[in-house]
Amino acid sequence: MIPLLTSLLAITLRAGTSLIYATVGEIYTERSGILNLGMEGIMLMGAVSAFAVVYYTSSLLAGLLIAGLVGALLAAIHALLCITLRANQVVSGLSITLFGSGLASFLGQRLGPVSNNRYLVGLSAVQFKAFPLPFLSRLPVLGAMFNQDLLTYAVYLLVPLAWFFLYRTREGLNLRAVGENPQTADAMGIKVQRVRYLYTIAGGMLVGLGGAHLSLAYTPGWSENITGGRGWIVIALVIFAMWNPARAVLGAVLFGGINAVQFRLQAAGTHIPAAYLNMLPYLATVVVLVIMTWWETLSKRIGAPAALGTSYMREEK
Amino acid sequence: MRLAFEKRTSTSKAVLFVVPFASFLVSLLLAALLLGISKTDPLRTYAAMFRGAFGSWSNFTETLVKAIPLMLTGLGVSIAFRMRFWNIGAEGQLTLGGVAGAYVALTWAPALPPPLVLPAVLVAGMLAGALWAGIPALLSAYMKVDETLTTLMLNYVAILFSEHLYYGPWRDPQGYGFPGTALFPDSAWLPRLAGRAHLGLVFAFALAVFLWLVLNRTRFGFEVKIIGHNRTSARYQGINVSATIVAALLLSGALSGLAGVCEVTGISRRLQQGLSIGYGYTAIIVAWMAQLNPLAVIPVALLMAALLVGGDQVQMIMGLPSAMGLVIQGLILFPLLAGSLFSEFRLIRLTGRRKGETA
Repeated sequence: MIPLLTSLLAITLRAGTSLIYATVGEIYTERSGILNLGMEGIMLMGAVSAFAVVYYTSSLLAGLLIAGLVGALLAAIHALLCITLRANQVVSGLSITLFGSGLASFLGQRLGPVSNNRYLVGLSAVQFKAFPLPFLSRLPVLGAMFNQDLLTYAVYLLVPLAWFFLYRTREGLNLRAVGENPQTADAMGIKVQRVRYLYTIAGGMLVGLGGAHLSLAYTPGWSENITGGRGWIVIALVIFAMWNPARAVLGAVLFGGINAVQFRLQAAGTHIPAAYLNMLPYLATVVVLVIMTWWETLSKRIGAPAALGTSYMREEK
Repeated sequence: MRLAFEKRTSTSKAVLFVVPFASFLVSLLLAALLLGISKTDPLRTYAAMFRGAFGSWSNFTETLVKAIPLMLTGLGVSIAFRMRFWNIGAEGQLTLGGVAGAYVALTWAPALPPPLVLPAVLVAGMLAGALWAGIPALLSAYMKVDETLTTLMLNYVAILFSEHLYYGPWRDPQGYGFPGTALFPDSAWLPRLAGRAHLGLVFAFALAVFLWLVLNRTRFGFEVKIIGHNRTSARYQGINVSATIVAALLLSGALSGLAGVCEVTGISRRLQQGLSIGYGYTAIIVAWMAQLNPLAVIPVALLMAALLVGGDQVQMIMGLPSAMGLVIQGLILFPLLAGSLFSEFRLIRLTGRRKGETA
């Protein structure tokens, strides 16, 4: 039982890491009032660019930097369209996803070495490997938490920091104000548009890193559609987390857990066809959404930023 | 001098036409930059793409082959988007349409009189598509569950389900292990018009006109328009918003389902890999570029199909990734979105004092 639990927890965390990066990123974006449905495209671009750079430089750091940069750039396009040009946020996000997935697939067939027909598929490179932390990794069951890769360890710091910043600092208060009521925030002297640009871009950076975890650690290498819809699941996880970075862990662990159970059941050779097990994360997302929406109607409010999805234009005074 | 945006009271027809066209040119320019960086001659690439899509009769019919599902799903997505109902589940609705069509073609065909087989197959596909869009529509209309995510998640479920069927229980025992069902009986084959282009083209043309009439000339179309404009005011005007959303989404899903069943009966004539290759997502670009106008969906779908076929051709001729077409498609929406600012607002010069300022 103990070894089973340990291995379930280990797989859960490994599968959940990319989701946590992306969920925290999207929470910050949405807290500023901008809905970014481009997550799937940004994660794919983060994954392909990180892998390509690491393949040629063997530098994991360079891979992370480029994934963050690419994520920030794509999010900046979204910010420009939604904030300055006041485009429809849903359609703009969809375009980011369509463009990002198209470009990622293009680059995956173009950036590889000539010996591999310029394809990146099927290559291997340096990767983030799990390493045990002294003492902690010997704890029963929980030891699995301390036998992970560097990016997963970084999550243990990212989540409390993201929570602290949002709820305990002046900057975090300003961010929440902008997402709740941009008019009031503006009157308080907060530069609404600047805050929105800043956190949309910062959010995109984290999502790009989430993508990098996929291609550098979770399933090392590049394959078309490596994200398998994770970028979309993240949008639901943000609702599940009620826009609170601390709760992002719950959602990611739930979905990482589904992955882990799926993995175990498949390894154990059950009679349930693999397709039905693979449907679980997607069906669970629908169920989570229905429950959260139902919960919202009961308790009136679950914490969605009031100005989410609306553009803000300073009225002529 | 200060500049400001003023909301246009009405949008001129010229702007509606010019903005999408200009957006297409801008996306070609942006993609040319990308090609330039990767040391490929953009002009040669575009010429090869054009020849690939329209250069010969057989190439042109292949472009039509890809345009048909884009037309049908584009029409379906347009209806939903007109109500600001973000149905991005056309891919799943298309897939399930193909699955249901395959089921009827493989199991009911022997029991039905041959002339009834094809209509039954097509209806089954449309019903399945409608069902798959109906679930998120009901959840959204009556429980306010966000439809963007539910429609998208159901895509994955439908695709996994169809893969399970043709890799598993429905796999052709005489297929030498090839993943796919047995060939449909020929009573379930959709007639072809030219090359592989099939009767679905006629359906798409007829349905585009039909939908234009429904949206512009009927009470239902009027209600759809009001709901898209403002749901609350629609409710005050006595429109049953939830029922209209569900009805429109059943129609939307049926169109995508038809796209799927036309693919399996007109092209592969069996259910196999290659049904869900992204038409349902490209449909979003088609619908938005056509400004949600059913008649405009037809030429826009043809253009997007040309990019896909052209992309395949440059892969064969120049060794460029076929995803080139996807990149250009993905780029089109950006200038289009930026341009919508100019079709909804106009730039005005502010003169005189600002209101509220005292002299």
